[in-house]
Amino acid sequence: MWALRGLRNGVVTTRWPSRPDEYAAATRGPAAIRAGRAGAAAAVDAAGLCPTGAISVTGQGGLRVDQGRCILCGRCVTGRPDVFAWSEGPGTAAVTRAGLIMPSEETPEALAEVMTGLRQRTRALRRSVHLRHVDAGSDGSEEWEILALLNPVYDIHRLGMFFTASPRHADILLVTGAGSRGMTGPLRTTYEAMPHPKVVMAVGTDAVSGGIVSPSYATTGGIGGTVPVDVWLPGSPPSPFAIMAGLLLALDRLASGGDHQ
Amino acid sequence: MTTSTDHELAPSALALRDVVARQVAGGRRLADLFGTARGGDLLLTAQVAGPGAMTTLEAVLSAGEASYPAFTPLVSAAFWYERELHDLFGVVPAGHPRLEPLVLPADPRVLPRHAVGPGLFTIPHGPVRSGVMESIEYLVETPGEDIPHLNLRLFYKHRGIEKRLEGVAPADGVLLAERAEGVASVAHAIAYCQALETISGTQVPWRAALVRTLHAELERLACHLDVIVRLADGAGLAVATARFGWHKERVLRLTDQLSGSRFGRGVTVPGGVSAAPRMAPADILAAVGELDRQLSGDIRLLLGTASFLDRLRRTGPLPPARASAHGALGPIGRASGCVEDLRQSRPYAAYGSLGMTVSSRADGDALARLEVRADEVTAAFHLIRQAADELAEASTGSLRADCEPLTGRAPGWAEAPQGELLYDVRVEHGRISRCRIRPASFHNLVLMHEVFAGDILTDFPFIEASFGVSVAGAAR
Repeated sequence: MWALRGLRNGVVTTRWPSRPDEYAAATRGPAAIRAGRAGAAAAVDAAGLCPTGAISVTGQGGLRVDQGRCILCGRCVTGRPDVFAWSEGPGTAAVTRAGLIMPSEETPEALAEVMTGLRQRTRALRRSVHLRHVDAGSDGSEEWEILALLNPVYDIHRLGMFFTASPRHADILLVTGAGSRGMTGPLRTTYEAMPHPKVVMAVGTDAVSGGIVSPSYATTGGIGGTVPVDVWLPGSPPSPFAIMAGLLLALDRLASGGDHQ
Repeated sequence: MTTSTDHELAPSALALRDVVARQVAGGRRLADLFGTARGGDLLLTAQVAGPGAMTTLEAVLSAGEASYPAFTPLVSAAFWYERELHDLFGVVPAGHPRLEPLVLPADPRVLPRHAVGPGLFTIPHGPVRSGVMESIEYLVETPGEDIPHLNLRLFYKHRGIEKRLEGVAPADGVLLAERAEGVASVAHAIAYCQALETISGTQVPWRAALVRTLHAELERLACHLDVIVRLADGAGLAVATARFGWHKERVLRLTDQLSGSRFGRGVTVPGGVSAAPRMAPADILAAVGELDRQLSGDIRLLLGTASFLDRLRRTGPLPPARASAHGALGPIGRASGCVEDLRQSRPYAAYGSLGMTVSSRADGDALARLEVRADEVTAAFHLIRQAADELAEASTGSLRADCEPLTGRAPGWAEAPQGELLYDVRVEHGRISRCRIRPASFHNLVLMHEVFAGDILTDFPFIEASFGVSVAGAAR
């Protein structure tokens, strides 16, 4: 009976990233400064607009948005639609923490060096990538979005990615949560149990910066101080497409539509 | 909105304990027990709930008193609450049976033991689990197959949300409330905002109440579908797992289409809602109709799949007498004969004006919990249709009233998908000074200690999934 029912609605699986996907394109990412408006700092009440301090004014009087602190509450976008807008599409992850800051303060050379290092580590993984997840104090929604990757709509098995129960078999560690103190030890142990080469992805604004639940006596304000992070993915929570894009970025398969170059 | 809460101050902690014990013995239930630091004193607050009303009972422990007579020997539901009090405030409930760390980190190498007998050993299961799961540690005490005792340790995920809320502006607090239990963001935002609205005397516009109801029911669908996915996955029903996973994804996408967030975050704000749904009521009805048709067929088939039902029947039974003594909440309580549902007993948002029936069972096993959730899925569709119809009638009108609470204290509540959710919010000079959050997940999870009668290790995933608890909410 179930077998017949499984055929009933045809193929529901997205073909992204090799084909465009309408829902992926419309995925809401962290707030961004509208093109040409980085100089509008004088007119913006940065502290009043952003509850997590993601928006600030630089010494030179320019606007600065740290997407790694954005929890997508949308206050800046509704309060000052002339200056701020949602970033769109799933490609919100960065390979350095500085890469989440707008306008970019990174030199292309430094970025290329990080990317080369990452590429060397992940080259051998090809289409057999094993993922391990650790929750370090999430609000629970990130787990739902990671688990969604296994449903027939996203089905990451088609990209050669699989979840594994043991860190001993894992290539990429997905870490969610603001870094609760209770999880510092278990997170470290899991990381150390993974074989080389290994990659760590901070999934969600909480993992990147501690989010709005930090500062707190019970969190370490993100997981960056506990394990070395390679891919920083903001979002509260990040959508399944954004997580998939972050994984492909780690494997340097994003630009080529999911394939190997 | 009426506040069906009255308030009493007992002369001492001992007197407070005796009042609470008397009321619980008389058929009411302990809904919450927590502390509030006031200067050097500690204010002990107990919430006792009865049919349709809640009483707040309090006593002050003055600066020198580091201990008070424990409630737990008389009121068993206080077991975890007193351990939490001990962890967070350092007071000792004298006479508490097991005062081990619950929400603050302890030495993970120490494995507390409860059961004794030949060949018994402890399997530490967690905090890093197999699969994508939230961090929690189950210490399974077993001679090899059956489980005479189970210990739980929540502290891996404790984030100190209640403390973090202190000093925050009321309008910002909703962002934290939404993240206290991320899969029940809407329920938390509603309960939190309701407390603020009571303090400031704000009347939420009818249209806003409808939008809140709409999102709260979509959230219920998503949470119940999550439980069904986990149960089907545990039984190895690949097609069912895929089908229900697809349905859950569609609910999240519909929520996203309506609000811009897959979890309905940012919808509920103090005084009302932030914006009207981004779909016309007719389109909502069409989308929900199609979902309902496909989903209800799958649920019917699931509830007729014998190999699946065999795993759930008589698994993890919670006897109605035990459920009622503890005051079990939500689908867990309703599957064991505790029929209360806040949407009906203390209506909020638009529930008082919409028709609904509360489903319950008396068997108390994992199957009964699934059946209650299946009924609630049907009821949620019914409520969403009513809310969308009403929204079509009330297509204009305000969505938000002024809500600027300055000083005061009020409770807020909602029937989250996991069960009764309570907030107790205190505002002083326009800032939050204390915000107590009591999710059903915290109140219910302790019952896991008691449902392993005759069950073995392979039943564990079914029992855990059938509880449908959010660890983030329980540990906060």
